[in-house]
Amino acid sequence: MIGSLEEVRPRKAGIDLSWAVLLFAALTLCVLIILPVSWLIFYSLTDRAGSFTFENFLRLATDPAFVDPLLTTVLIATSVGIICCLVATPMSWLVARTDMPFKRTVRIFVMASFVTPPFLGAIAWELLAAPNSGLLNQLHRVLIGASSDVHLFDIYSLTGLIFVISCYTFPYVFVLVANALDRIPGDLEDVSSILGANTWITARRVTIPLAVPALLAGALVAFLQAMTLFGSPAILAIPAGFHTMTTKIWSLFQYPPKPELAAAAAVPLLVLTILLLRAEHMILGRRGYSVVGGRNSDPRIIRLGVLKWPALALCFLVLLNPVFLPYGALLNAAFSPVPSQLLSFENATLHNIEFVLFELSATRLALKNTFLLGALTASIGTVFALVIAYTTSRKAIAGHRTLAFLATAPVAIPGIVLGVGLFLSYTRPPFVLYGTLWILLIAFITISLPSAYQQLQAAFRGIHPELEDASRILGATRMQTLGRITAPLLRTGVIATWCFIFVGVIRELSAAIMLFTSETKVISVLIFDLNESGDLAAISVLGLMMLAITFAVVILANRIPGFGGDIRLRNA
Amino acid sequence: MKNHRLSRRDILKVSTALVFGTYAAPLKAAAPEASSVTPTLIEAARKEGKVIWHTSVDLPVAEKIAKAFEAKYPGVATRVERSGAERVFQRIGQEYGSRIYSVDVVNSSDASHFIVWKRDGWLAPYVPEDVARHYSAEHKDADGMFATWRAWLSVIAYNTTLVKPEEAPTSFTDLLDPKWVGKIVKGHPSYSGTILTATYQMSRDLGWEYFEKLARQKVLQVQSSADPPKKLALGERAVQADGNEYNIFLLKESGQAVEAVYATEGTPLIVGPNGVFKNAPNPNAARLFQSWMFTLEAQQLMIEIGGLRSVHALAKEKPGRKPLKEIKLMKDDPVAVERDSEQIKARYTQYFRV
Repeated sequence: MIGSLEEVRPRKAGIDLSWAVLLFAALTLCVLIILPVSWLIFYSLTDRAGSFTFENFLRLATDPAFVDPLLTTVLIATSVGIICCLVATPMSWLVARTDMPFKRTVRIFVMASFVTPPFLGAIAWELLAAPNSGLLNQLHRVLIGASSDVHLFDIYSLTGLIFVISCYTFPYVFVLVANALDRIPGDLEDVSSILGANTWITARRVTIPLAVPALLAGALVAFLQAMTLFGSPAILAIPAGFHTMTTKIWSLFQYPPKPELAAAAAVPLLVLTILLLRAEHMILGRRGYSVVGGRNSDPRIIRLGVLKWPALALCFLVLLNPVFLPYGALLNAAFSPVPSQLLSFENATLHNIEFVLFELSATRLALKNTFLLGALTASIGTVFALVIAYTTSRKAIAGHRTLAFLATAPVAIPGIVLGVGLFLSYTRPPFVLYGTLWILLIAFITISLPSAYQQLQAAFRGIHPELEDASRILGATRMQTLGRITAPLLRTGVIATWCFIFVGVIRELSAAIMLFTSETKVISVLIFDLNESGDLAAISVLGLMMLAITFAVVILANRIPGFGGDIRLRNA
Repeated sequence: MKNHRLSRRDILKVSTALVFGTYAAPLKAAAPEASSVTPTLIEAARKEGKVIWHTSVDLPVAEKIAKAFEAKYPGVATRVERSGAERVFQRIGQEYGSRIYSVDVVNSSDASHFIVWKRDGWLAPYVPEDVARHYSAEHKDADGMFATWRAWLSVIAYNTTLVKPEEAPTSFTDLLDPKWVGKIVKGHPSYSGTILTATYQMSRDLGWEYFEKLARQKVLQVQSSADPPKKLALGERAVQADGNEYNIFLLKESGQAVEAVYATEGTPLIVGPNGVFKNAPNPNAARLFQSWMFTLEAQQLMIEIGGLRSVHALAKEKPGRKPLKEIKLMKDDPVAVERDSEQIKARYTQYFRV
């Protein structure tokens, strides 16, 4: 980003206010990030009496009860990273670079997989592929006429878990690679053609190498997502009799709580995340140079000929797994008397819906909390990100780089680690926020800030500073310029950011599970509760409600012109 | 610097002696008198307008009980906070550690929790009229802090379409047969009070070797004791090694293919007391709710719609369900469960890995 635009120096007159803004933003960011991380590290290095020790880490490194989950987690994350690349790369190429029909539809359904809460997907896959009661296994037995013990899939297994996590992680890779392919300038490929290379050689020698950095970055993001995910392993790994790091950390908070061990167990996740993000940054940094200066020509479209229909079929085959099958299973369970029974006109029932809406006394409070937190997080997060993005993109004050770094730093803190850190920070004086919605609000703002900031920073970059300069030259103050010129131009970006923070909050589980109390339960936690008591029908109803809300918001965001609908993925 | 950490059982244990000295002594002096439901109490409860009941009873049952209370006393909205008893215990401990008092009435499937709460001075003495009149001494606290609201069993059960009655297990040791590998579902003692209590009784009577062997049967490890019966009804597993008898009753009576087995070694008996918390945010509604819960009306409802068993002297068992007195029971022992709770959970995790 260095030197991409002419630098605009602020006038000296604005400096006082600017410093106040910088100070406030920096302080807030410090409180948001440094406080929980410091407590986390403090706890991990002390024993119960509060004196310094390495005992927690020693136990972590020697006890198989901790080593096994760590190895399992690395195995899962690596597999997911590889699978996501294998699936997402051809799909994103088909969508970005070929004349395959229904490309927009494919993008929409990839988007749907992205916004589907992974824990809901995991529960839906229980309905589909539990070894005996799973709908797909039942179908399989009917088709081959097998006895009751035969099964095709077992979702309660390591492979089952890897599969389900991949289903809801591949969109990250898809979007990164598709964006990269969208951006590779067509003239580079034209040069290749002019020099005599045919379509496939050009693809192999020019297009693919240019997309590789994005692919690697995608693999890393997928690895991180899989590593830090809590819901899916809690739902699928524990019944199968194994732990991942996130479920282990969470179980250390169950009675009798061992916060010092939980804190120590969170540290490897934190360190790994930071290391991997550094790696991603290096890779993406390189990519930035490789396509510099060639943004104007459109990417070339490759004609697939008759192959375009099989290609489309392939895309839909992939999308069956994160979207069509799970949604179908949820719909079936919502209206069926027994979730493992196929719905028919005779057995359809509204009982489950009645139960969730009128009998389940926790529904209303959880809905209220979720909406309140979603709206508040989205509003505060957007405003905060807007201030920081403005400051950094217009280089309005000295120290903007620090601000930019702080705003993106939460990316390195996995949700469950943040949850542990916030719990340790805010259950003690002077900040006793545990038990209030504030602690959840802080968690959600921290989690959503990096992507909100990057989204808005991109939006700012799209508005040329000349427009603002013109306004200032004509005598407007900085605030007037913001209000009359910048704000209207930013409107779509701001609304989009708001919507995506909102959607992100609705599907957040890993931090919420550490921080909720009975009065501050949110929908995701309620669904997790219901899963533990096996109330699958109620989950299906609540899950469908959740999806309906999510899609309403996403559609709203997508209707805004100029918004692609996938910016948030960039650094989630 | 004094290290102020969140509450833990070991800290609780240290402070127990102190708490006992200050709280228990005056309360021991005289058991509180029975309280009847007065118009003043009803009026005060209505003013509060709501009551929050933390329980581990299966959610649909809990919600039906709550709705019945609301119907009896309109204007007192009842919110059910349902999770596994061990989860409820942890959550309340964590919340009280941060001085968050959102609990009105608690019902736990791990009776030993009430020993801890009483010792910590968290419970309010309150004896509903029915408890004074119709409950035997073994089912009510001498100081009036709690009484047995419900009783039930943790049973073996099977799916009758997957297993023929003659092939069904008849004892816990039957479940160790290789033919059940990969076909068993069971609950988790770190989540469910029922399972914790049952695990204590079974490890005491059958030895820990039983669990060590059972862990090799590739069991499907669910959390709640309400879940194994549901997994049987789904057809997901053929037998449950433990789980609620009352869910089996309810599923069977609604036409599902499940059947309970009363093991030849004896069946773990679980009692679930109810108590009012001293720092209840809605103290009057809490007392009204507690009073109603022990009435014959509520107890009979709990039997009818919940499949649970009542220790109310006048309550009648539902025809068609196996009467309690015909079942060979394992003996419950909350004091021992309280003493061994942590060790049971640790040992269980060692065998079952989660």
